[in-house]
Amino acid sequence: MNRAAIDLWVGVFVAVGLGAILFLALKVGNLLTLDRTPSYRVEASFDNIGGLKLRSPVKAAGVVVGRVESIKLDPKTYAAVVTMRIDRDYSFSKDTIASINTSGLLGEVYIGLDAGGDTAMLNDGDHIAKTQSAVVIEKLISQFLFDKASQGGAGK
Amino acid sequence: MSDLALALRRLGGTVTGGVARLGYMARFLGAILWQTPMAFRRLHLTVREIYFSGVLSLVIILMSGLFVGMVLALQGYEVLQRYGAQEQLGLVVALSLVRELAPVIGGLLFASRAGSAITAEIGLMKATEQLSAMEMMAVDPIARVVAPRFWAGVVSMPLLAALFSAFGIFGGYLIGVRMIEIDAGAFWGQMQAGVKVWPDITNGVIKSIVFGAAVSLIAVLEGYDAKPTAEGVSSATTRTVVISSLAILALDFVLTAFMFRGVGL
Amino acid sequence: MPVAATADSHATLSPTRRLDPAAAAIELVDVSFSYDTRPILRGITMTVPRGKIVAIMGASGSGKTTILRLIGGQLKPKKGKVLVGGQSVSDLEPDALYALRRKFGMLFQFGALFTDMTVFENIAFPMREHTELTESMIRDLVLMKLDAVGLRGAAQLMPSELSGGMGRRVALARAIALDPMLVMYDEPFAGLDPISLAVVGQLIRRLNDALGITSIVVTHDVYESLKIVDYLYFVSEGKIVASGTPDEVRASSDPFVRQFVDGQPDGPVRFHYPAPPYHKALLADVE
Repeated sequence: MNRAAIDLWVGVFVAVGLGAILFLALKVGNLLTLDRTPSYRVEASFDNIGGLKLRSPVKAAGVVVGRVESIKLDPKTYAAVVTMRIDRDYSFSKDTIASINTSGLLGEVYIGLDAGGDTAMLNDGDHIAKTQSAVVIEKLISQFLFDKASQGGAGK
Repeated sequence: MSDLALALRRLGGTVTGGVARLGYMARFLGAILWQTPMAFRRLHLTVREIYFSGVLSLVIILMSGLFVGMVLALQGYEVLQRYGAQEQLGLVVALSLVRELAPVIGGLLFASRAGSAITAEIGLMKATEQLSAMEMMAVDPIARVVAPRFWAGVVSMPLLAALFSAFGIFGGYLIGVRMIEIDAGAFWGQMQAGVKVWPDITNGVIKSIVFGAAVSLIAVLEGYDAKPTAEGVSSATTRTVVISSLAILALDFVLTAFMFRGVGL
Repeated sequence: MPVAATADSHATLSPTRRLDPAAAAIELVDVSFSYDTRPILRGITMTVPRGKIVAIMGASGSGKTTILRLIGGQLKPKKGKVLVGGQSVSDLEPDALYALRRKFGMLFQFGALFTDMTVFENIAFPMREHTELTESMIRDLVLMKLDAVGLRGAAQLMPSELSGGMGRRVALARAIALDPMLVMYDEPFAGLDPISLAVVGQLIRRLNDALGITSIVVTHDVYESLKIVDYLYFVSEGKIVASGTPDEVRASSDPFVRQFVDGQPDGPVRFHYPAPPYHKALLADVE
């Protein structure tokens, strides 16, 4: 195996290998999504965030417009304070409603934004007033059972 | 009682021997790193070793990746469909490969194919006094023989692991989309949404680099240290495969525990 | 000059016989060496005069190769000094040691050619590593060295394609690649057919005289050594038991020298490995 042939094959190997890494980063991962686009911060408080996690998506009409940046607990109100980064290309009215949804029954948890009619728009650092907390299945079931029990009791 | 004492003494000896060997390994690594600039002045030496370790391992790596990906798709589909979550198949295949299977299985294959070859080669050079001859000609065998092979392993492993993942995902695609007929959009879409460059892909690459270094270090050390006889070389080769494999699995545990604790999981 | 007759008699050589240190290329002064606890050499004193060929002879495992490694600085003596050109090898800094090694050539047992390079590249190796010569100059030098050993036509062969004798000659060419001041031969005649044996022996002599180098030949081939060397040392169990010129050795009455030169199975070097008495072993029950 002479040196020129070896160099050629090693060059091909390294190129293909780096290409594979690039393929993984671009096509398989999410390198090209939103990490570098300019964005602005918006806060929202929830009674219960359910399964919301860091870097969960923020969607409007099903389109990903941002990501959750941080989740903290307000020591005074004991509510969850979620900070999200929204792509600068999208503006939302000040009376936008932020709700925590699940895509499907076992899908990922995300924040859904429903824009309102206010002409004033949210700016960097603003707080979303209207929020809807996550639907926690256990509470739903216990509510259902409680209702059923009180119905049965009332019916007797 | 004396049997017990003897057994304990032998155990103690094995442990201290093991620790001493770790120290020796660290010093050897230090010597390799010290000689690295010299080794890279003759870049063609390292390139040649990348050919023998990396390029010649391609066939086994690509084939294994393909088969592992296909099996993952089959097994993954069987479990996911119990919960109606078949659409996540792409995500499952990709994450398993990129985070774990590519670095680990790729590392094990690399250890048995390239690692054993390196050990045998260096051991044989020692047995035929080629290393001594080099020393007597005032050429440091660590710079000329050992370091290029070490760095070739460190460079080849992440590339091989990435190719393993890529072919595995392709195999998963063949089975998932083509055979089982899951929606292609869901396959790729869920994958893209779920696999993150940091931590998944980056950690997978870091793992493969660490495994590459571990396997290469063990391979060159066992070869350099082998007894200059036929049995010496053959037992050194076996030791390389066994110790590298254990090291990969142990390091995998440590790295995984460190990398994937509570990063938004 | 009579050959030393007993193991300790080297010390009784008359002072006038002692060679002028300035003329000595290599000197071992009361050198002792052991591998872990196993003693290999016990108080060896020998001199190798410049420009001469000296043979070190002895049974296998008597420490002959160890002497070469001590001279080359691969091993450090536990006691005593190894002097090359007046300098103690074991006291040298690594850089100085490497500089010294560039003036040595060594022919290893069975050649130790680099199996992944051609014959040409094997000989060019030390030139490429230690000199700044251009490729065309290296090419000429390599062909000259190959021509000196008669293998110019084999330049592009791989070591695996060479016969034993050819491989040995290529290794010889590599040993003299940088025109060293000292060449050490470790069992150069081992395993060779009579023709190759004679060829190698002649080459050792001719190159030594033509290049003005000093040669040390470690061997147990008595016949060939007596033909080509200037002086012989006999090593047994870590000590020098006899020494002399080829004529002195041939005429010697020392029992060790005689056993060695005549090839007697029994003598100072016993035939039987130490064992309990024969009749006791035969009469004893099987364990």
